[in-house]
Amino acid sequence: MIETRELSKRYGQFTAVDAISFKVEPGQVLGFLGPNGAGKSTTMKMLAGFLAPSAGSATVAGFDVQAQPLLAKRALGYLPEGAPSYGEMTVREFLDFIASVRGLAGDAGERRIDEVIARLHLERVLEQPIDTLSKGFKRRVGLAGAILHDPKVLILDEPTDGLDPNQKQEVRSLINSMARDKTIIISTHLLEEVHAVCTRAIIIAGGRILADATPAELESRSRYHQAVSLTATNLQQAKDALAKVADIAALEVDPQDNRITAFPKPGRQIFVAVSDALKADQVVVRELALEGGRLDEVFRSITQGAAGAEVRT
Amino acid sequence: MSGTTTIFKRELRSYFATPVAYVFIVIFLLLSGAFTFYLGGFYERGQADLQPFFTFHPWLYLFLVPAVSMRLWAEERKSGTIELLLTLPVTMWQAVLGKFLAAWSFIALALALTFPIWLTVNYLGNPDNGVICASYLGSLLMAGAFLAIGSCLSAATRNQVVAFILTVVVCFLLLLAGYPIVLGAIGAIAPQGVVDAIAGLSFLAHFESIGKGVVDLRDLIYFVLMIVAWLYATAIVIDMKKAA
Repeated sequence: MIETRELSKRYGQFTAVDAISFKVEPGQVLGFLGPNGAGKSTTMKMLAGFLAPSAGSATVAGFDVQAQPLLAKRALGYLPEGAPSYGEMTVREFLDFIASVRGLAGDAGERRIDEVIARLHLERVLEQPIDTLSKGFKRRVGLAGAILHDPKVLILDEPTDGLDPNQKQEVRSLINSMARDKTIIISTHLLEEVHAVCTRAIIIAGGRILADATPAELESRSRYHQAVSLTATNLQQAKDALAKVADIAALEVDPQDNRITAFPKPGRQIFVAVSDALKADQVVVRELALEGGRLDEVFRSITQGAAGAEVRT
Repeated sequence: MSGTTTIFKRELRSYFATPVAYVFIVIFLLLSGAFTFYLGGFYERGQADLQPFFTFHPWLYLFLVPAVSMRLWAEERKSGTIELLLTLPVTMWQAVLGKFLAAWSFIALALALTFPIWLTVNYLGNPDNGVICASYLGSLLMAGAFLAIGSCLSAATRNQVVAFILTVVVCFLLLLAGYPIVLGAIGAIAPQGVVDAIAGLSFLAHFESIGKGVVDLRDLIYFVLMIVAWLYATAIVIDMKKAA
């Protein structure tokens, strides 16, 4: 479990994190979203016990990160931003080092190292100095170090940054497979990642929490939620047909591919009505889709709205 | 304690994973040999002792020890591994001490590899081996003090070159603290008490006093205190700087 109470970090006049409070339970995967400089990494650094908060407190697995730092650090697996590791060491030396600091000794320790190596597919590069590895491998070595002691709480700062799509997929399924009994926080810029791994998302900007909801709830705030998009061979004919649907609030046509998007009036569902109207007018439709909502649009409107509010005050 | 040992081992191994260790040891041995025989007149003096060998150690250390210490923390900060290290379940002290002891052991190894000169002098005559032992001890302690200073200044910057230059300057001032040039300049503006205090801080005075073969507890305490104080400062500087 992770809990923060009014957690703040100030650098002189600048407030990087402003009285953030939240609680993450075991089984939850919390996604930290926010523009660059929003305070995501600073919050994670305070949770990991690297930075001391200016005010407020945080507990990791029940241990206060300030008062009981060693106990908190033992319960925590932390991947810092950029996944730093000692470049001159080989992958095996590095993992042995982490295991030794974590007190994983003997056969059990060896078994666990082998398990993690297999899980992150590091067999091929075990005897290579980390400096000589590609970005994707470096990131996975960092991840291996973070999960080596099978921690109850995981904090991963941009775990899939620099990975190719296949590797991203693998890391996401790794996170999903660990999610059941762990408390996990990840930060990311990739909104599709929130969809893929997170059960809950917190959007922060300017050091403050602007939204705290499940990914589905966030999506439902999108203008595109329940909207219907289609492409038709005859644009004008399709528009005429759609004009007859009462629950449509607005129509938008993408000038590039002539894709029409129909937005429903608040609380209405228009998919059936739209498809019936098109059928009735015998419009030839190449594609017809119900939109779930666009996270990137919600993200933009939430974070830019906040920035605008700040300018005004 | 296990945290210190683990960090110590990792650090020491990292010296030998790069050419740093080999370059350092070879240069140290070559220079200490050259100084002893050419500048020190080892043979010409006709005395069976290692005074010409030890006399140059402070000046050798002045440039070689900062070359070892400059990477101690500056590199961790630059590569970001400091965040990894300090979020592992180790205390700040274990990290500072483990890294320092590794660097110190490394220099001790280089110093130990000068043993052929000790064999030579024993072959040529009958030196006072007690004095030689004491001098080795003094030399090692002085290297430790230089390292502790370097550790603190390395923590203060992420640039290794800056760390190197700052360490050389601070060590140079502490070396010369016992010399009339420094003492005369200070004596002109400060009372005698201050002059004595600064003279008491001199590396050279304490090193030479141990080198006479009289291991005075005060000289030992001086170097140990010097090391502890600078390591303490290292921990404080790291704490201050990591927030920035």
